[in-house]
Amino acid sequence: MSERLSRALTSRPARTVAAVTVLGALPFYLDAFWLRIGLFSMAAAIGAVGLGLLSGTAGQLSLGHAFFLAVGAYGYVWLAGEPGPGLPTAVAAVLAVLLAGAAGGLFSPVAGRVRGIYLGVATLALVFLGHHVLLTADSVTGGFNGRSVPPLELGGFSFSTDSELTLLGVPFGAEERLWYLGLALFALTWFTARGLLRGRPGRALVALRDSETAAAVMGVNVARHRSAAFVVSSMYAGLAGVMLALSFRRVVPDYFGLVLSVDYLAMIVIGGLGSVAGATAGAVFVTALPLLMTRYADQLPLVAAPGTTGGTVGPTEAARYLYGAAIVLVLLFAPDGLHGLVRRLRTRLRRHRSAPPPTPTTSRTATTSPTPSPAPAAPAKEPTP
Amino acid sequence: MTTFLDNVFNGLALGAVYALVALGFVIIFKASGVMNFAHGSLLLLGGYLTAVLHDDLGFAAALAVAVLVTAAVAGAVDRFLLQAGGPDPHTAHVQTIVTIGVDILILTDLSRRIGGDLLSLGDPWGDSVSGLGPVTVADSRIAAIVVSTLVIAGVFALFRYTSWGLSLRASAEDVEAASLMGVRLVRVRTLAWCLAGALAALAAVFLAAFPAPGLERTTGQIALKAFPAAILGGMASPPGALAGSLLIGMTEALVAGYQSDLHVLGEGFGDVAPYAVMVLVLLVRPTGLFGGKAAVRV
Repeated sequence: MSERLSRALTSRPARTVAAVTVLGALPFYLDAFWLRIGLFSMAAAIGAVGLGLLSGTAGQLSLGHAFFLAVGAYGYVWLAGEPGPGLPTAVAAVLAVLLAGAAGGLFSPVAGRVRGIYLGVATLALVFLGHHVLLTADSVTGGFNGRSVPPLELGGFSFSTDSELTLLGVPFGAEERLWYLGLALFALTWFTARGLLRGRPGRALVALRDSETAAAVMGVNVARHRSAAFVVSSMYAGLAGVMLALSFRRVVPDYFGLVLSVDYLAMIVIGGLGSVAGATAGAVFVTALPLLMTRYADQLPLVAAPGTTGGTVGPTEAARYLYGAAIVLVLLFAPDGLHGLVRRLRTRLRRHRSAPPPTPTTSRTATTSPTPSPAPAAPAKEPTP
Repeated sequence: MTTFLDNVFNGLALGAVYALVALGFVIIFKASGVMNFAHGSLLLLGGYLTAVLHDDLGFAAALAVAVLVTAAVAGAVDRFLLQAGGPDPHTAHVQTIVTIGVDILILTDLSRRIGGDLLSLGDPWGDSVSGLGPVTVADSRIAAIVVSTLVIAGVFALFRYTSWGLSLRASAEDVEAASLMGVRLVRVRTLAWCLAGALAALAAVFLAAFPAPGLERTTGQIALKAFPAAILGGMASPPGALAGSLLIGMTEALVAGYQSDLHVLGEGFGDVAPYAVMVLVLLVRPTGLFGGKAAVRV
């Protein structure tokens, strides 16, 4: 569904308008559970686009994304809250994003020198050291129990349930309001990332990934671009962290562990490396799947009701099984990710349509929107690390 | 002084066990370019099988079965899931993510079976200790050092003297050339995965033995500490993995041992100290202590 929406976004302005209208109308129809899935997906998509830029386009394997998310989330909470400077929340949000970028910049002595799998494990260190700091620095981070997140206020409008607001008979709570904030931030991410990727910086990064020596010969400043990719990616992560903090309303250290980093890596690979749309699709897949499965797992066969013990499979476990199996299966049948899968389906559809006797296959036309296909969004990317 | 020797000995034993795990990582990485995220659950699988079987079979037979089964599972994961599309080195990053899926599957199942229990592996050392000069050490730790040393020496001999070892080194050097010289890439790779799985199962025994309380569902996470060990030494170098593991084990044991003097750094810094050491080393030597400088031909 959202995958289709994201694909629609990639094409003509008309489609963009349609997508925005649909996404904008959703809070009037969905309940809080679905809106929360949407919020987490949007936050994850922002972060995944950042990681895609770094690992997919620039070819720098990073397992440290959770750390930069944590910097964004905790940065916002500390800057806006008590104890802390107690800045206006909007200022705190912007500063938190910059702080995450600065953290990425501080890591650049390592990021500029270390390559491939070494960089991956070096960034792994960030997650563990960061987690340790989050647990230890009680006064800033609240220690093990974390801190509650002050709601964002923008020009007197609060993104929380503090004030009553009803639009067209629909009560607007925190989820409904944050939904639009998420959409705006995601749109910002989408357009800036595409601009970066299609412009000079993106080309320089791709050249770097394919051959550092060749890129250097062509006049790309290797160390500067490598660190810049890290800083920009960290800023997207910081933005995602702020968004996550606002949606969760409480930040705890254990959330920002290695599992989160690995999830982001899974997002960009499942979505298809090197494309913004792919990263978005992967983010929605990885975020929404476990939540949906946990909610609906008890309706699956062979799953025991929650609370029963004794070696039976509970809903949480069933969700994990399905999640693991989904990762394996998607990559087994679509090694180039969802983005590649969509592209292949589209090509097949086009060939199908141009073939003389058009035998309509219902299943295929149902799964892909019949687009008079525009040029493939981003060129296929060769693997990275 | 005794405390110091105590800590050093702990560090050696810890390092020896990390070396088993790290060596597995390195072998897999050399053979397939994949970073195996499922290594922790393979380790847990080995430990779990030993724990379940030792009542009926006795410790030695249970361990043998566990090692074989874990090796077979590792080999099957590689052969049927990772290499399903052929041994294409260009999809190493995709295969890396597939191992995450595999890890989730195995780990979920084992966690469900183990639950909150602490499983005893029925190892022959129990909680006996021996005096070694001024320090008292657990027998299981001595066993860990001895067994790891022997096994690692055996693995090096495999690399050096068998045709499989030669094939592995050749394919790690240049896949195409190796393939043209008649190296069966698929088989070499799968055997490498089997070997790594066997090493992980063996490591589980020492990780769960005294003074550790037993096998828990979180025991597999220890594999994450082998990441820095492998990296420190240089990912492509098995002797480096050994040196890195000893360094990591030493760091962890010493920091944990002198925790009270280091309280500025916060409680439990011993667990993360290896990562700090690794970042420092990588700042100076970006390809690890023993990693060669890659020459690039333009």
